Amino acid sequence: MADAHKEPNYIGVFWWLLALTILEIAVIYMPMARMIIVILLVGMAMSKAALVGLYFMHLKFERVTLGLIALTPFFLCLFLILMLRPDIHP
Amino acid sequence: MSEAAVMHPDVEAAESPLTPESWGKLGMWVFLAGDAMSFGGLIVGYGILRHASSNWPVPSHVLGINLTAFMTFLLICSSVTMVLALSAIQSNDRKGFRKFLLLTILGGLAFLGCQAYEWTHLITERLPEVGLSFTTHLFAATFFVLTGFHGMHVTGGVIYNICVLIACLRGRYGAKHVEIAGLYWHFVDLVWILIFTFVYLL
Repeated sequence: MADAHKEPNYIGVFWWLLALTILEIAVIYMPMARMIIVILLVGMAMSKAALVGLYFMHLKFERVTLGLIALTPFFLCLFLILMLRPDIHP
Repeated sequence: MSEAAVMHPDVEAAESPLTPESWGKLGMWVFLAGDAMSFGGLIVGYGILRHASSNWPVPSHVLGINLTAFMTFLLICSSVTMVLALSAIQSNDRKGFRKFLLLTILGGLAFLGCQAYEWTHLITERLPEVGLSFTTHLFAATFFVLTGFHGMHVTGGVIYNICVLIACLRGRYGAKHVEIAGLYWHFVDLVWILIFTFVYLL
């Protein structure tokens, strides 16, 4: 880790991950519009991924540039979706 | 390798940018960024094929999510034991380190066992039942490619963790090597979190 820092509460992060996973499963059985379910599920998945990256992979305590390297694939995937979007014909 | 490097294996040539404590850590991050693009390409490809298809089944109806939810739980637990193993070796608790890294390895093996069971069940029973062979329908083909690619990463991670455990027990590896192995293992967990949502739940 870049600098000495106080150890995160790993068990607390575990409970958050578990709670979000249970919520995700509950959401798919809820009588809601499909679009709302999609937004909720993607939001919760991204939150869980962020928890793992920030606390378990210690990105929260690393230099910002390392975080940018880690985020690069995410932006490239968004770029890929935008570039392919015109060719998708359901 | 220079004579000095041979005599002092822990001394690195110069300080690594971004990760002053080790070059290996920077190397792992660069590798993970590249690997994330492979997974990203596969997940985006899956999404586009699904969006463009008119007869894509509801994944949770075909695949079932009880076993997969348990597999997600297993990987989350193994990520926690991995950080606890790192924490233990950093505070010179060899016994705790051994226990937590062994639990991480067992978690990975249990995940692979569940995936083998899931694949067997899908290939021999469930998919023929709903008429979705992986040679004839993109749903099954993309499912097996994505989960198979991830499963290979878990297999690699388990082997990597076993090697790190043995090297640490022999005194050849220390905390910084465990931290690098941990990065890989957490990445595998992170990717599964996304696969669970995009392939099973959505």
